[in-house]
Amino acid sequence: MITFLLKRLLHGLAVVWIVATLTFVLLRLAPGGPFDSERKLPPEVLANIEAKYHLDEPLPKQYLRYLAGIIHLDLGPSYKYLDRGVKEIIVDTLPTSALLGLLALVFALIVSFPTGLIAAYFRNSWIDRFSLLTATFGISVPHFILGALLIWLFALQLGWLQAGRWDNTASMILPTITLGAAPAAYIAALLRSTLIDALGEDFIRTARAKGLREGAVLLKHALGNSLLPVLTVMGPLTAALLTGSFVVEYVFAIPGMGRFFITAVTDRDYPLIMGVTLVYTALLVAANFLVDLCYAYVDPRIRVY
Amino acid sequence: MARSNQQKEGRVSDLLFIFSLVFVVAVAAAGFLAPWISPYGAGGFEEKQILEVPSLAHPMGTDGLGRDLLTRVLFGARVSMAVGIGTALIALVLGSAYGLISGFIGGSLDQFMMRLVDIFYGLPDMLIFILLSLLFGRNIGGLLVALGLVSWVRFARIARGQVLQAKEFLFVEGARAMGAARRRIILRHILPNVLGPIIVTLTFSIPAAILAESTLSFIGLGINDPYSAWGTSWGSLAQDGWRAMRTYPHILFFPAAAIFLTILAFNKLGNALSDLLNPRGK
Repeated sequence: MITFLLKRLLHGLAVVWIVATLTFVLLRLAPGGPFDSERKLPPEVLANIEAKYHLDEPLPKQYLRYLAGIIHLDLGPSYKYLDRGVKEIIVDTLPTSALLGLLALVFALIVSFPTGLIAAYFRNSWIDRFSLLTATFGISVPHFILGALLIWLFALQLGWLQAGRWDNTASMILPTITLGAAPAAYIAALLRSTLIDALGEDFIRTARAKGLREGAVLLKHALGNSLLPVLTVMGPLTAALLTGSFVVEYVFAIPGMGRFFITAVTDRDYPLIMGVTLVYTALLVAANFLVDLCYAYVDPRIRVY
Repeated sequence: MARSNQQKEGRVSDLLFIFSLVFVVAVAAAGFLAPWISPYGAGGFEEKQILEVPSLAHPMGTDGLGRDLLTRVLFGARVSMAVGIGTALIALVLGSAYGLISGFIGGSLDQFMMRLVDIFYGLPDMLIFILLSLLFGRNIGGLLVALGLVSWVRFARIARGQVLQAKEFLFVEGARAMGAARRRIILRHILPNVLGPIIVTLTFSIPAAILAESTLSFIGLGINDPYSAWGTSWGSLAQDGWRAMRTYPHILFFPAAAIFLTILAFNKLGNALSDLLNPRGK
């Protein structure tokens, strides 16, 4: 068990290092620099700027400086925002994005579990077919289209909710639904199909034969065995939530990390791009590690490792 | 009771399948034939007809520069299909080659190559894709390369898995015993057996590429060419409509519907194909 977790931890650290290196190489190879503008800067000024940001040093030295910075949790200065470093920007914006992601995840779980259970139990009924159709739509609809549709309907036409702010509960509803819809649909469809398989197993017949109530059969025996596949997709779903948040924050004008990432890419603010990419990777690695922990807890067979 | 329900389920999914097939073919046709079937020329500005609502002359209305929206959506199909199919093919070639080699050689090289795939597989597609697009530029060619480099991992995994399975088949062992060359074994004996799952993945990677491209164009990080005579991305069209959504929702509605229906149809088609080509599944 301990060896298993240590191994996963090492693997996670390796992933962070590889991503850090790849991002560094990629951004050094990219054509055009952050200080290329319409008006050419005088060479002396450019030399000064490059000296300030250590861009005049040889690349290996820059790389080592960058890695040393990461270890000390120092992500360097932003080229665009002169009053704040990359770390400050991330500290300011990460809580907003994290809240959005958590709300979306909770929404997805609250919607998908009852839906999956009911759909599987009343298989082939109208309610099952309706949920399946909705799930198909939910998996296929892009975030920006769902977001725009919700804003148009609930904010512009009906006037029930506001869009383009992020300060009270009402303003968080639409972004949460937009980001959580696809994971909800995905988990519900997955849960439905694994539950249908589980309900056909012998141990369910045994449980019923020994006189257990339907609720206990469904929740304890069938659901308990269907949790593992759901847990398996939590890692990829976290990745989907992370990248989905770029778009949702853009559409709803939420001051989160994803929106800063998009503007950083447009501005070619390399330290900010690298910093945010690293934070995303670290979050993803942490989420996968958590999934592994839960896995070990839910499935006793894993603990043997 | 149960049987009639099953029949009904079959009929409903058949209908959806036929609809999806027809829609995909229609989008592909629109993409290839856009210059001949669209009612107006691409890139024509008409000052007199700015921001018209849908009418007989302009079934989808006109945009802020007086361009016929139906024409723009038809030309947009060309961009989407090029991106979707192009990406899928690049990913197919890269990924299958990688997976075939890894699976066929095996051993520690296989371990190493698959560890790399694991790492890439776990990373968020959109993140790598945005980083790569900084390197390759925001045009169709650069986008294709970046998208292809992101989506090859799925093919690599599947191809390797199938090779490992196929290596155990008796006829492969037979071929090896007869002294056939490695290249011949891969091409003649293993490749035909791995085609099914690869076709399914191919079908699913087309809508994924279309989704990624239109999303990126929507947030301003995709194809940056709003006046192209060759075609403007549906994502950029939706972005135009997004800015005018309050007063002219039709400019957003039609490109958004085109994106959504195309992705939906391809996903449905992929599901149907995977049921069809994988009889062991059901």
